[in-house]
Order: sequence, then C-alpha cells, then structure tokens
Amino acid sequence: MSSQDIPEENLPAEQEYAHGAVGVADEENPFADPGLPPHEHRIQDIDERAARRSERVVALLFTVSMLATVGFIVSYVTIPHDKNIFVFPIGHISALNFALGLTLGVALFCIGAGAVHWARTLMSDVEVADERHPIEAAPEIRAKVHADFRQGAKESALGRRKLIRNTMFGALALVPLSGVMLLRDLGPLPGTSLRHTLWAKGKRLVNMNTNQPLRPEDISVGSLTFAKPDGLEETDEEFQNEMAKAALMIVRLQPDNIKDKRELDWSHEGVVAFSKICTHVGCPISLYEQQTHHVLCPCHQSTFDLSDGARVIFGPAGHALPQLRIGVDSEGYLQALGDFEEPVGPAFWERG
Amino acid sequence: MSTAANEPARSRGKAPAGERIADWADGRLGIYSLAKANMRKIFPDHWSFMLGEVCMYSFIIIILTGVYLTLFFHPSMNEVVYHGSYVPLQGQMMSEAFNSTLHISFDVRGGLLVRQIHHWAALIFLAGMFVHMMRVFFTGAFRKPREINWLFGFLLFVLGMFTGFTGYSLPDDLLSGTGVRFTEGAILSMPIVGTYISYFLFGGQFPGHDFVARFYSIHILLLPGIMLGLMVAHLILVFYHKHTQFAGPGKSNTNVVGMPLLPVYMAKAGGFFFLVFGVIAAIAAVAQINPIWAMGPYRPDQVSTGAQPDWYMGFAEGLIRFMPGWEINFWGHTLVLGVFIPLVLFGVVLGAMAVYPFIESWVTGDKSEHHILDRPRNAPTRTGLGVAWVTMYMITLVGGGNDLWATHFHLSINAVTWFVRIFFFVGPVIAFIATKRICLGLQRRDRDKVLHGRETGIIKRLPHGEFIEVHEPLSQEQLHTLTTHTQYAPAEIGPLVDENGVERKVKASEKLRVKLSSAYYGEDNQIPKPTSDEYKEITSGHGHH
Repeated sequence: MSSQDIPEENLPAEQEYAHGAVGVADEENPFADPGLPPHEHRIQDIDERAARRSERVVALLFTVSMLATVGFIVSYVTIPHDKNIFVFPIGHISALNFALGLTLGVALFCIGAGAVHWARTLMSDVEVADERHPIEAAPEIRAKVHADFRQGAKESALGRRKLIRNTMFGALALVPLSGVMLLRDLGPLPGTSLRHTLWAKGKRLVNMNTNQPLRPEDISVGSLTFAKPDGLEETDEEFQNEMAKAALMIVRLQPDNIKDKRELDWSHEGVVAFSKICTHVGCPISLYEQQTHHVLCPCHQSTFDLSDGARVIFGPAGHALPQLRIGVDSEGYLQALGDFEEPVGPAFWERG
Repeated sequence: MSTAANEPARSRGKAPAGERIADWADGRLGIYSLAKANMRKIFPDHWSFMLGEVCMYSFIIIILTGVYLTLFFHPSMNEVVYHGSYVPLQGQMMSEAFNSTLHISFDVRGGLLVRQIHHWAALIFLAGMFVHMMRVFFTGAFRKPREINWLFGFLLFVLGMFTGFTGYSLPDDLLSGTGVRFTEGAILSMPIVGTYISYFLFGGQFPGHDFVARFYSIHILLLPGIMLGLMVAHLILVFYHKHTQFAGPGKSNTNVVGMPLLPVYMAKAGGFFFLVFGVIAAIAAVAQINPIWAMGPYRPDQVSTGAQPDWYMGFAEGLIRFMPGWEINFWGHTLVLGVFIPLVLFGVVLGAMAVYPFIESWVTGDKSEHHILDRPRNAPTRTGLGVAWVTMYMITLVGGGNDLWATHFHLSINAVTWFVRIFFFVGPVIAFIATKRICLGLQRRDRDKVLHGRETGIIKRLPHGEFIEVHEPLSQEQLHTLTTHTQYAPAEIGPLVDENGVERKVKASEKLRVKLSSAYYGEDNQIPKPTSDEYKEITSGHGHH
C-alpha cells in the first residue's frame, strides 16, 4: 500500500519530539546525548485500514493454528503407527511422526507468529524510559542492618559463650557424616575384582558369533575373531559384567612376523589372543588392518600393533593390550592357559 | 478515558470478575505491589536479548516432554527378550530401559515425536546457553552488578551438560553405553579415589545393574530440580537488576529504554515460546535424532564406528582423544595422566569462564554498576580472550570428531589428531592476536568516523583538478553513540614510599595487576576515543578533508 492511500486526516502533522529531553550539541560538548529520537509511526498507527489488515493476519494465524490442532487429532486417530511414507528429501519415515510433528509444529508456530505480529503491528511501539535505582542500599539502611545484626548477635551471646558456640559447630560439622555413611552401600569395594576375569587354565575359547569352541584351524590369516570364555551365556546374570573384562580378540599371524618374544611364547602356531577392551577408557576394539596387523579402537583411535606385543603406536592409550596365554587341549580346541597376567581395560590407581 | 467508561459499570453493581479475583488475591498475596513494579516493567529491545529466552523456553519444553516420557520409560537394567513391533530386534536380549524406549518409539502413538522433541530441545537448550553466554561475555553484561547472575548461568550450562549426558545414557543403547564406559574410564583415572567412586557409582563392576536407575533419578529429579531453582533465581535477578541496554541516544547508565512488559513483551515473549516450541516440533517431525533401534542394545564387547556424544560433550571427547597416552607407574600405583589431565582440563576450561568476571573487575578496580553494554571492539583484550576461548573450544570439538573429519575429508586420522594437539595451544594465541587487531582497527574506524564523518562514496572534483571523497558528518545521535563508552587508564604502581617516607613493599599481586591492566588498557591496547577538543579543532574552519 502506498502512502497516497492514507486518508489525509490520519497523517501525522509533524514528527514531534514527544519524549526524552532533546539535548543540543553545544559549544562545550559536541557529543552530548540528544535524547530519545522521535517516535516513527508505523502504517498501522496512522491508517486504520492497515491496522484492520494486520488484525486479519493475526486472526488468520490463530485460525490456522486451530485447524492444525484438529489435524493433529485426526492424524493421531487415523494414521497407523507402523506406516512409513517416502518424503523427499528425507527418505522413508514414520507417517504418524511426520504428521503429528508437523501439525503440532504449525499449531504452535502460528500462535507464536500471531502474537508477535500483533505485538509488532498493533501494540504501541513507543519507547519508554524507566529510571534505574542503585542496587546498593542507602547508608542509613546499611547502618541500621549492621546495628540490628550486632544487636541480635549480642543477644544470642554466641561470641561470649564459647562453649556453646564450639560444641554447636562441632555437632553441625559431624552430623553430615551420617549422610556420608549412608552412601557406603552404593557399591562393594573394588578389592581385586578389576584384576581377575573369567579366564582360567583350561577354559576353552568360544566363538562369539557361532557359540562354538574354536580350533586353531578356524582362525585364518587376516581375519579378526571375537571370543568369550566357555560357559558364559547371554542369559547369565553377570554376562555384561564378565564380558566387559573377558572379551577377547584372536588373530593369526605368521610366527616369524611376531616381533615380541613373549607374544610368540604365549601364542599357538601364530594364533594370538588379546583383550578386546581398550586400555584407554575401555571401548571394545574392533577395527583390524590385515596387512599391518594394527588394531584401532573406534572410540578414540588408539592404535595397537598386534605383531609387536600389542604396544600402542598411536592415540591416547597408555599401555599395551594384555595378552592371554593360549594353547590347545587334548581334543584340539583352543584353551586359555591361565587368566590375564595384568588387569584388562582402562588403567586405575591401584593397577601398578 | 477509562475512568469515564468504568464509572457507570461500577454504579450498576459489582466490579468485573477479574478485578474481584485480583482484589481477593491481593488481600492474601499482596500481588498489587508486585504488579506495580513489574506489570509495566521496561525491557530494552535487541535481537541478541532473545537468546536467553530460547534457553528458557527449550528448558520448559524439555520438562513438559520429559514428564510425558517418564510415564512410559522403565529405568531398569533387568534383561528381557524383545517382543515389540520393531522386527529386526525381535528375540534379542536387552535391558528393560532399552525395551521401553523401543516401546515409546514404535508402539506409543506420538511417543517417537515426544522423544525427538525432548532430545532436540536439549541440544537447542545447550546451544542456546552457549550462544547466550557468548552474548553476555562479549558485551560485558557480566560486570557489576551481574556477576552472580553470570555464575548462575554458568552453573545452568554445566548442569545442563550433565543432565543431557545422564539423559541420553538412559536408553542403554550401544552408543550411549559406550559413552558411559568412557565416563567410567575417566573416573578410574582419578588418583587414589577413582576406583572407589566408580564402584560406588555403578554399584560394583561396570556396567553393573544399577546405573540406569541411578542416572534416572539424577536426570529427572536431582539436576533438573537444581536447574529449575537456578533458572528462577536467574530470572529474578534479571528483573531486579533490570536488563542491560546498548548505548544510544536517550539511553544512559541510570535509565532503561524500551517497551513495557504488558502488553508488548507479554505478547512477544509469550509468542516466542510458541515459535520455539513450534520450530522444535517441526524439526522433530522431519529430522531423526538418536535412533536407538539402529544402534541396538548396549553390550560392553561391542561398539560402532563414528561414535560421537551429543555436541556439548564433544569438547570433553576431544580433550580425551588428542591427549597423548601418558602413564606413570610408581610404588605399585598408576597415575593415568593420559585420561586424568583431560578430566582436569575439562574443569579448567569451563572454570575459566566462571571466574573471568572477577578477574576483569580486579584488573579494572572498577566498583561501579554497569548497565550499558560494551561493543566488543571497545574491549579488545576481553574480546580477544573470549575468541581465544571459543577457538580452544572449537579445536577440541574438532578433536572430538577427528574420525569424522578424517573419513569425510579423506584425511589421515593421525594428521587430524596432530593438528588438534598443536592448535589446541597455537590456535587461541593466533585468535587472540587477530581478534585484538581487528578490534583496534574497528576502534580506529569509529574514531575516523567521528572526526571526519562517514565516507559517502561520492567523488568530487575540485576546480584545480583534485579528486576528493565527500565525507558526511555524523548525526548527533551517532556521535553520541560512538563516543559514550568509558575507557580505562592503565593502573599504576602507587607511591613507593608511604606517608611517613618509609619505603613501601610492593606486593606481587599489585605488580601483576599493573601488568594485566596495561595489557588491557595500555597504550597499544586501546585507541583513545576522540575528545571534544579534537572534534572541535577538526570541524572548525578547516572544512572537509
């Protein structure tokens, strides 16, 4: 709408300096505060038709919101919860989630848009100045409060009767100890539990995926096999806790590729078993480079060289992966020849 | 005019119902005195003042949706077999927590939507607080009398991080379980007490059977309860202090210029709540977040690649990823510096934010109230420090996603990690120097504008052939706005002898303060703003240049 359409009588006579003192740049201070600038009229302030148009826009937005809420209820009742639809460019998504979210979004957004449009076009936009008052109390109030406090403190005789004061402080200092004590049973003491796993002499290595005991010939060069101790089942009460320590990864190397002497001694025909739990903060290591025999922890990228005692070659881990000493039993299955010799997983104060 | 309109109504009988209810309430609650001070309270207007509102509204949305989620979620780690409607996981063992989250996502109509609104709102809440804090920092709104409110805000941010962490760990899925394992590893690294704290937190060995239930009460009761209290206190202080404002004509340190709460801000702020809620609902409709069914239930021996925490924990993730794996073994003990140093840095990086207002007020020695916001350029050292902090934060965020940077941009993971290791130290220094120079440049530009006017872009040819650009003098309003800020003089060491002529010992803290003060306000660290004498000399007689 152009300004020609505004009725003559509605046009503002002058841009009056309605409020705020108008400071004048005087000789002394060219940077003086000129005061609040005059209010600039919006079209709605001077043209009732424009104001009515704004009113209709606001009402339309509120109406759209009502319709969207109806849409929400209809969607909730009619759309099956397992129906998927294709929406470009998102792909296949739940139709119900899409419909409910959009109708709810529109219903809410339109209320907000209506309110803001109402405030911006129809409510007064005249800026007003309010005085601030210092936060600090006046000196007489300050003096009064200090005097009151001194009076109260004196009447309590806390400073004078030291026996009361000291025993009270003692009692108050001790009583929270009960609360601290009550926390004791949050958990057992660690003891040596972090040092031991389910692995023991004669315990067979069972393939994680097939649940079958492993033979050396099941492990081929270039593959990474995950194993658990024989007898540990998913349904066991302590399965998660035990797996968090006992998870094992097995690879086959050419025996003459093994650089570390102890690793060679603890291997069986080039088959080596290392803890799968990263010595950094305990993620399960799962990425294996066949050519270099490096394994990488996908969480923080600690990299270990499995052909050299699983020493750390990159990343934030502090020490090598513990190796499990393995052999074969009389039936030709891979078995542990004892527990890990050092704690698996992240380092801790008592690890030593 | 309203009195005239109301008189007949009164004489005909009772006052309107609303008025009678208000009178009733005032007789018991004293609401009129409260309303007198606040109903027409003036709030200044600036787009950046709405960032805090985004936080408040997303927090309310989180509480609303969170209460709904508790109606369906089972905070239990009992293992069950899944029989719900998501086919790929049928028959799998999982905790009841994971099972009930699947139930919410697939079998409760609208459950997925509420879950996604809850999670999106949490991300936006933290992002809003981060940006809001940056706004407050770079404009100096943390100065007296608002230091305590800055601390409240800081606590809200830190508690928000932990509430978010305990929240996204609840479904007990593979991704969040990995994050919990990382937390356990970090706790274990603490000297002397680490193992014990870990056993007490998890009720024994990791993962144990307790952490979901414990995180649940922390997530839905303890932390949000504290946060709600802090947020109310934060708002009360905003009302009590009255909002800050930018310098401008008619605006001073002793007034507040803007529009009244009723009706303008009621409508704008109330409406803005619905805008935020509406946008988040729409995001939740189209943008999937945390699809726990794709990750599967947690198993301590399984992991997915590209494991990332929610963004606000990314910087902790970065600290732990780029730290070299230092470990010291002595007398049967292990000091896990590779994990413990990041844990300490986590606190130090955040803590630096908390204490900054107190450091700056100690350096300036300024005891007065500040209600006019600084433009960032007018506080070059502060702005430089802030940008250095943000740079450090962003670099660690890059470190937290080093695997994604490597795979998306075909870079070596080792190179990305080394980049982060070096730029964690170098980046903030570069950022500080560059920011400060830019600020000083902008200060010079403001000075030129005040003294010589605005460059109009109009080229004028003088009779003798010289070309000049016409400069237009600034308006009175602009002149005032650009020159109204205060500039501190660098502190000096006081007299070296006391009033009796005895040599005085200069304390180390005083020397430090003088050094810092000159780093903030010394000759090369701020451009003196134009004085009226300079202005008068240039404008009188010489004409335009």
